[in-house]
Amino acid sequence: MTDDKRLETILEPERYELSAGPLYCFELDRREFFQLMGCGLAVFCLTPRAEGAETIDERSFAAGQRQPAQIAAWLHIGEDGVISVYTGKAEIGQNIRTSLAQALADELPAPFDSIRMVMADTRLTPYDAGTFGSQTTPRMSPILRKAGAAAREALIQLAAERWGTGAKDLKAEDGKITGPGSKSISYGELTKGKQLMESIAGDPEMKQSSDWAVSGRSIPKVGACEFVTGEHRYASDHALPGMLIGKVLRPAFLGASLKSADLSAAQAMEGVTAVQDGDFIGVAAPDLPTAEAALLAIKAEWTRPDSISSKELYSHLVSTAGRSDGAKESGSLETGFSAAAHTLEAEYTIAYIAHTPLEPRAALAVWQDGGLMVWTGSQRPFGVQEELQRAFRLPPEKVHVIVPDTGSGYGGKHTGEAAVEAARLAKAAGAPVKVIWTRTEEFSWAYVRPAGVIRIKGGVAEDGSVAAWEAHNYNSGSSGLRPMYEFPNQSNVFHRCDSPLRQGSYRGLAATANHFARESFIDELAHAAGMDPLAFRLKNMRDERFIGVLTAAAERFGWKESKSTPERGFGLAAGFEKNSYVATCAEIEIDKNKKRVRVVRVVEAFDCGPVINPDHLNNQIEGMILMGIGGALFESIEFANGNLTNGRLSQYPVPRFKDAPAIETVLMNTQGIYPAGAGETPIVGIAPAIANAIFSSTGKRIRSMPIQPELFA
Amino acid sequence: MAETITLNVNGTDRAVKASPDRMLLWVLRDELGLTGSKYGCGEGQCGACTVLVDGSPRRSCITRLSSVAGKRLTTIEGLAQNGELHPLQQAFIDEDALQCGYCTPGMIVAGAGLLMKKPDPTVDEILDSMQGNVCRCGTYNRIVKAIQRAAKAMKEARP
Ligand code: FES
Ligand code: FES
Repeated sequence: MTDDKRLETILEPERYELSAGPLYCFELDRREFFQLMGCGLAVFCLTPRAEGAETIDERSFAAGQRQPAQIAAWLHIGEDGVISVYTGKAEIGQNIRTSLAQALADELPAPFDSIRMVMADTRLTPYDAGTFGSQTTPRMSPILRKAGAAAREALIQLAAERWGTGAKDLKAEDGKITGPGSKSISYGELTKGKQLMESIAGDPEMKQSSDWAVSGRSIPKVGACEFVTGEHRYASDHALPGMLIGKVLRPAFLGASLKSADLSAAQAMEGVTAVQDGDFIGVAAPDLPTAEAALLAIKAEWTRPDSISSKELYSHLVSTAGRSDGAKESGSLETGFSAAAHTLEAEYTIAYIAHTPLEPRAALAVWQDGGLMVWTGSQRPFGVQEELQRAFRLPPEKVHVIVPDTGSGYGGKHTGEAAVEAARLAKAAGAPVKVIWTRTEEFSWAYVRPAGVIRIKGGVAEDGSVAAWEAHNYNSGSSGLRPMYEFPNQSNVFHRCDSPLRQGSYRGLAATANHFARESFIDELAHAAGMDPLAFRLKNMRDERFIGVLTAAAERFGWKESKSTPERGFGLAAGFEKNSYVATCAEIEIDKNKKRVRVVRVVEAFDCGPVINPDHLNNQIEGMILMGIGGALFESIEFANGNLTNGRLSQYPVPRFKDAPAIETVLMNTQGIYPAGAGETPIVGIAPAIANAIFSSTGKRIRSMPIQPELFA
Repeated sequence: MAETITLNVNGTDRAVKASPDRMLLWVLRDELGLTGSKYGCGEGQCGACTVLVDGSPRRSCITRLSSVAGKRLTTIEGLAQNGELHPLQQAFIDEDALQCGYCTPGMIVAGAGLLMKKPDPTVDEILDSMQGNVCRCGTYNRIVKAIQRAAKAMKEARP
């Protein structure tokens, strides 16, 4: 048995018990545990049960989920000094494999290279709701820090006992405890022959960010070498002996159900297993061409549900508006509007867009001993496990999901379709099956970022202060709907609507749409009040960090000196979401002949608290600006007659090399607070900054995302 | 019909039994176990599957086996020499020119192909030749820097 395999057989039943309550933590079979892990010190971090859900969509995923276990993470310090950390979070390109290890290295403290992160494996790692909502840094990272702090205290205690000195005189540094008279002993040496278990539920004191030594530095990406050599195995790269290639027959129309099917021709093909189970039809074959041929040989008839086209989308959304989740009115809109010197109303539209992670959904499934093992790319290993449990009516201990570092997600990989499909085919074929979605499948059958309609009415007083603000978001979501500005009288309402396409999470989710509308409308108000967009915003801000990012971005950009011309525009936007602040300034060029807007230069200031890894943070910010440019300028999922009409990469443009502007970032690096996550908020400012820049140059106000089609219509 | 076709991959002749119509990408991945070349779109639009054919970048997802028999193929697995990373691989690490890394093999192979032809490319030449490669994580500016950095390192290494 491999080590990991032995570990899972030991841990699984114990972990199950643990969900009953923290007390049972000590019921782990200590001897067996240490036999497996080697002697040393283990620290288990217990967690209050509730894991926050990010959005409506995630909340519905969370419904019916089994209770999260009480362990949030654990670590083991071995005799060899290797520190292994177990967490259910997944690495999808956001570099938490690096940043979490940095956090722990600080707290212990230990050499960065002595830390090994074991992640996103439903047997090896504790339950985790998922890697989304910018939660890893504010939630998981302090958990690991506390584990590190507890381990440090335990190690100091061990050394004190060993040397017969007081713990006060001892210091932990760089993997060693040191004491008076140049005494020094490594963590590994201290734990030799010991079998120590600690569990922490309380609040051991973490280091202040000003005392960080490893965090705050640009440590290179862990495992970078495997990525640049092609050695890293994504889910889609995994293979097993005797493995078959699986393909799924997709419905003829979105939302269609199966009327009839004839699989006989496919079944007659050599080496092919063809399965029908309800509406699911799929094949498994020894190689891809055979699987494709088998799929073609299946005759199926599908129902044709009523459908609308993307042209009717926005009126459809508004007309189906149902339940609304509104923040209550604060202040009085009536008073506000009557005090306003200028009152404006505007409607903004936001198209559906596709995440298009470069690695499409993929899974390799194998059944053994009545249990199921699946490798898949996902942001929610335990969510996929639950989907598989439901699909095959299995208890959790029979479903093992392994998520190798994944070819990105951007909120698009919260579901386990490929895993369920591969498992169903593997069951029928009696062999391991790998399913890799094609890009067209990914476009049509994954979910999209919600489309939306946002209506805002606002009133400005003579002095430029916003006296009244009323916003309605139809369908795209409530995140980031409430302004960070100081508006005395406001109301912000989110209306649920019928979505013709399957929709789900996205980077920043609705915050992108809500910021696009809000920051565009703020510009409209500034214009109505005859004020500079920067001055107008500052006039309506009180929050210091909000003011801080906007001022910093404007200064670095040279806002004052930026004078628009008919071919060149300058725009800015500010935002707040998930506890971080962002301000974005953009310079654009308009090429009327080519019907193109080119973003030439972007300056973005970002405040997520103390920065853990500056270079990785810059990389994230730059990436989000790029991704945001796609949604701002040209990305839009179109559909008609029950199918997408641009569901291929050749029809759906995504940002490429020549779309990349020069990007400068200003990292505020605010100390004295715990850092917020940084993989989402930096995307929210670019679209409105571009729209505002277009207005400054052309006088044309574009109220749709994407911008380009309307600008050149 | 399946035939035995000999491919010269990363300096070694490899015999595969496959139909000459099959796309090179899947033969590399499924038959030869060379999974460094990635599938991203299957229609020549993303470059994740880029390999070098006689030194020139090609989209292996739309390249038929029959068209490369007897040609020199280089995949990402063949770039490092004697345990030493190719200068562009090193430059990707140094510039942190990746996030999820899924586009990276295709980017590096395409960039290495460019550097073979143009050891000292201008930014415009880099953009022109890389425009067909997609990085959804948006690391483009860093990739440009990595290519420039590798060009410089290779120039300095030349006698
Ligand atoms: S997979 Fe070949 S170009 Fe996209
Ligand atoms: S690094 Fe993720 S696609 Fe390029």
